[in-house]
Amino acid sequence: MNNPFNFSDQQLIQKARELRIELIETLSHAPSGHTGGPLGMTDIFAALYFNILRYDPQDPENDERDRLILSNGHVCPILYVTMAHAGYFPNEELLTLRKLNSRLQGHPWNRALPGIENTSGPLGQGISQAVGMALRAKLDKKEYRVFCLMSDAENQEGQTWEAMLFAAKYHLDNLIFIIDKNNIQIDGYIQDVMPIEPLDDKLRAFNLDVFQMNGNNIQDIMYILPHALSQIGNRMPKIISANTILGYGVPFMENNFAWHGVVPNHEQAAEALSYLRQ
Amino acid sequence: MEYNQELQLTFDAKTESTRDGIGKGMVKLGEINDQVVVLCADLPDSTRVKEFKEKYPERYFDLGVAEQNMAGVSAGLALSGKIPYMASFGVFSPGRNWDQIRVSITYSRANVKILASHTGLGSAEDGASHQALEDIALTRVLPGMTVIAPSDSVEAMKAAIAAASIPGPVYIRYAKPAMPIYTTEATPFTIGKANVYTFGHDITILSTGITIASAMDAALELEQQGISAEVINVHTIKPLDEETILTSLRKTNCFVTIEDHQVMAGFGSAILELVSKHMCIPSELIGMQDSFGESGPFDALFEKYGIHKNNVVSAVHRVLDRKKL
Repeated sequence: MNNPFNFSDQQLIQKARELRIELIETLSHAPSGHTGGPLGMTDIFAALYFNILRYDPQDPENDERDRLILSNGHVCPILYVTMAHAGYFPNEELLTLRKLNSRLQGHPWNRALPGIENTSGPLGQGISQAVGMALRAKLDKKEYRVFCLMSDAENQEGQTWEAMLFAAKYHLDNLIFIIDKNNIQIDGYIQDVMPIEPLDDKLRAFNLDVFQMNGNNIQDIMYILPHALSQIGNRMPKIISANTILGYGVPFMENNFAWHGVVPNHEQAAEALSYLRQ
Repeated sequence: MEYNQELQLTFDAKTESTRDGIGKGMVKLGEINDQVVVLCADLPDSTRVKEFKEKYPERYFDLGVAEQNMAGVSAGLALSGKIPYMASFGVFSPGRNWDQIRVSITYSRANVKILASHTGLGSAEDGASHQALEDIALTRVLPGMTVIAPSDSVEAMKAAIAAASIPGPVYIRYAKPAMPIYTTEATPFTIGKANVYTFGHDITILSTGITIASAMDAALELEQQGISAEVINVHTIKPLDEETILTSLRKTNCFVTIEDHQVMAGFGSAILELVSKHMCIPSELIGMQDSFGESGPFDALFEKYGIHKNNVVSAVHRVLDRKKL
């Protein structure tokens, strides 16, 4: 199974721009949800869905597909926008986000829409599910890889560390965590709410194979992700600390935790779109 | 006493724990279904999945003392096609991982089977911290969850095997004490189908789990007092066998329930929820009355906390008095 797009870096940069524009339009229509996290993770989503992941949107249950587990479920608007662009459903359906009878729930539900692998919202839960899916691949000698996107504040949940212990014990080298490391959580900066550093050292101490990348730079993402994947076989779960900027691409949102859990009003959306269309 | 001959019950006074039945069931299931895997949070011996572990080590995973992760990993395995059984004590699972059971398992409709050992006062000497008396309440409120409390070891074995054949999450609560075995290999067991043990016309006694012995002993004593009791083993608390239960209640027009669990939001409450839609009849619920347990011998605990056959007998008299009004 292959990636259906296999975009070049230049095409990925253009796709990320389109996704951000669609994201702002979708959120301002909703109009509720999270803006900062989705903007910060857009480049990673573009790289995954348009180059890295092996899947077929016409055959979303194919057992050979890579699994994309979203553990920080609150950033799901960017998952929905990316899935629409990848061909899972029509773009117009994005306008139903958070509306009654919509398949696009405020936090993702695996039974709502083919292609959504897991239900999330309560932090930590996607991580354990990703571990279970990676374990199953090992049991049945499947080639699929499991990518688990998670937030940095998710490392404050005890379940996260339970899951890391397990992943290391069972040598789940087919499991790739990507941490959205924007240093912001709902109530402020992570070092103020509950410090997690030195995170990379802690992860190494849990016997994980740790990588760093700039999560808002396509070239870096497209260098580090394939590099991490080339290490499958080393019997270590992979974890990539992706430094990102919350609200990336919209200057008045960048690094401002006030934009964690709100959406732009009409004027703010227009201003944001003017930056993104430059 | 008019026993239901179709069930081919036995009264030879043999005893065994429901956990031993679960252990036997899991070994048999492992043999007939290679998609079944077992996860356990450091309690394979106590929960009786140890024999499965020894026989099928490649399908057994020890999570360590990490029940939340156990629920999530089980969900991930189920969502990719396996049939995971996850085992721990009821106080830890669902006691400690209810959020994961709610979101990763039931909301996600993951085909996970939850084995909860040491439920009820049967944890006895371990004391109140280890006596799961709230787990029926915690699991039956979850949409899509099937809840089973086997009444004896043979039924527990059948329940463990049968759970794999129905899609979706199943919760099985079982216990440590050796209790009388009434069912036999020949006794029918269908998830969602209650078994009427004795036919009677004065009162219905509904029991779930290992309290069936108290119910049966009470029925014998009541018979000597000239009261004819219909005893029903409701091993599946959710979904309830509405037809069997309502048919009996329309005949007796009163009932007593018994459970090794809080009466609040437990089995008796589930029966009341059903009855409230169909009839208005006197009843009483036997079980823990809003208190924690304590350390002590199991029999003494049942007696002290009112889950004894004597409590059933006196409750039946009170209910029959109200029926006469």
